[in-house]
Amino acid sequence: MSEKEVKNLEEIFEARIARDEKIEPKDWMPEKYRKTHIRQISQHAHSEIVGMLPEGNWISRAPSLRRKVALLAKVQDEAGHGLYLYSACETLGISRNELYEQLHSGKAKYSSIFNYPTVTWADMGAIGWLVDGAAIINQVPLCSTSYGPYARAMVRVCKEESFHQRQGFEIMLKLANGTPEQKEMAQDALNRWWWPSLMMLGPTDAESVHTEQSMKWKLKRKTNDELRQQFIDQTVPQADLLGLTIPDPDLKWNEETGHYDFGNINWDEFWQVVKGHGPCNKERMNARVGAWKRGAWVRDAAMAYAEKKEARKKVSKAS
Amino acid sequence: MSDKKNWPLWEIFVRSKNGLEHRHFGSLHASDAEMALENARDVYTRRSEGVSIWVVESSHITASNPEHNGELFEPAADKVYRHPTFYDLPDEVKHM
Amino acid sequence: MTNNSTTDQSSLPLGEMSEGQRGNLHNYILGIADNSLILGQRLGELCGHGPSLETDIAGTNISLDLFGQVRSYFQYAAQVSGDDTVTEDTLAFMRIEREYKNVLLVEQPNTDFGYTIVRQFLFDAYHLLFLRELEKSTDETLSAIAKKSIKEVSYHWRFSSDWIRRLGDGTSESHERVQEAVTDLWMYTDELFHQTEADQAMIAEGIGVDTSKLKDIYYKMISDVLEEATLEIPVGKYFHKGGKQGIHSEHMGYILSDMQYMQRTFPNMEW
Repeated sequence: MSEKEVKNLEEIFEARIARDEKIEPKDWMPEKYRKTHIRQISQHAHSEIVGMLPEGNWISRAPSLRRKVALLAKVQDEAGHGLYLYSACETLGISRNELYEQLHSGKAKYSSIFNYPTVTWADMGAIGWLVDGAAIINQVPLCSTSYGPYARAMVRVCKEESFHQRQGFEIMLKLANGTPEQKEMAQDALNRWWWPSLMMLGPTDAESVHTEQSMKWKLKRKTNDELRQQFIDQTVPQADLLGLTIPDPDLKWNEETGHYDFGNINWDEFWQVVKGHGPCNKERMNARVGAWKRGAWVRDAAMAYAEKKEARKKVSKAS
Repeated sequence: MSDKKNWPLWEIFVRSKNGLEHRHFGSLHASDAEMALENARDVYTRRSEGVSIWVVESSHITASNPEHNGELFEPAADKVYRHPTFYDLPDEVKHM
Repeated sequence: MTNNSTTDQSSLPLGEMSEGQRGNLHNYILGIADNSLILGQRLGELCGHGPSLETDIAGTNISLDLFGQVRSYFQYAAQVSGDDTVTEDTLAFMRIEREYKNVLLVEQPNTDFGYTIVRQFLFDAYHLLFLRELEKSTDETLSAIAKKSIKEVSYHWRFSSDWIRRLGDGTSESHERVQEAVTDLWMYTDELFHQTEADQAMIAEGIGVDTSKLKDIYYKMISDVLEEATLEIPVGKYFHKGGKQGIHSEHMGYILSDMQYMQRTFPNMEW
């Protein structure tokens, strides 16, 4: 194809997206669109399956049977969501194995919030309330993103996730209304998860490299800073309801803007964690790589068995 | 692992209740058809989404090429006489 | 319960039971529930660490089924205890090790996927046979729980026996690994059929299952699959038991210190 022809196709392509048409796997797409989507969808998928680990850490210690089944079901959902997203990514011509290799080699990124440790039961509440809360803000607009398989996966994810945040908030509510020790546990969890949750919505617009292109392709509908403001505005009243204090002395309602003003985010910490130096980056990667390696003989066995069975079928048909 | 074959991809179709058609739900990996069925049950019907499952290995699906959409689908667009609204009938004629 | 004259009658209402009868029933329920509790706990440890995403999700489903059963049993046991302070959670989290009545098989560790599947397989076959009989119990609650659980456990059995075939007849490595797991865990199978006093009392009342009648068919069931999977059926004559009397393996203490951590560290709180 000549450069001119490609340019022509690109214009038609951009016009389709502008008209809100969906792009499907076999449609022509610019290489950059494919690559950007592989990167974003796989990062999203990786975040789901690495995100299983900090919560998985408390399944065996959940304090009641009711909490245990809810947490198990939630972490299981995250595996499901990872699976839906990997499947969406595979329609772009890359295999799940290749995506795993990118994750395991450190080439691919995942949400840096999962590199923080879960140290008390209240962290299960804080993660559900804050981390899932921030995730939902990010994810809901993606249900109408331009790439069909991604949009469909997100519809399913959002539908299933609706119980996740409620699960977390309920845990917080119980703790906040419990004994002084429990309330303190809840406050401590809020203190530790608040700032990472704000960071989770991504670097400030000034530093965000992909925003403009992503907006065009409907991979993003609002900027990181807008999403962050939305998250803060909706979360502050919830903290009030819990009787917990958000750990930001500069947080206050601004009558003029109709939003909360908030203090400076420690972006050095954010970049440190993104670059692999968070408290649990190593543990998380070891857990993922370890599970994959330990599972190799199992996956091979299943494949070998399937091939034998197929061969036997052929022999019995031939005779 | 790299010298061995990976579990192939399967497309999953689920009938959500009798009377409705099977609908494409998504895909997953499995070593054979039985495992694909079991995995589909575990992955795609956790919230009572289905009463019947079909699995098809993705490589067995032949798909039309969107580049041929013009010749494949556009010729149908002007055959308006296939639709009931093409025919003019007086309002007094009911139930037709 | 075919040998029992009370087969056609319902068991006594709780209010009309003697202390001793209630105690036996209570212990009998715990004996059933603890197997599901400890196996569910073991499977829960694996959530997020399976050999593939699909298998991970499947394992968690089994764990969730088991915990669901546990809750039904414990809620009933709490009612039977006649003590308001007893709840599903005090039964799950507040007993001491000697009071747990699960068999040794279910507390064995997740050594690798082979051990996990073999443990599941050896338990599922028993569990399914057991529930099919429990469904005929004169105790309506137990019968109802069994009826619901049979569907779940039928799937567990299908899942685990399919995997036994895959691993046994897969690669030479998988064959060796799963054979080792079968040989190692075999010694815990006989305990499944061991009867405690509570068991015997419940059998006599038409409530409990006479597990001695299930033994032959159990070994036939698992031998058939093992054979299909090209695995050797162990000839070991030495078996271990004790779990049902609360004498557990050394693994049990660690399972409990993990599982009971919150309840022990923060007593008398609600979560």
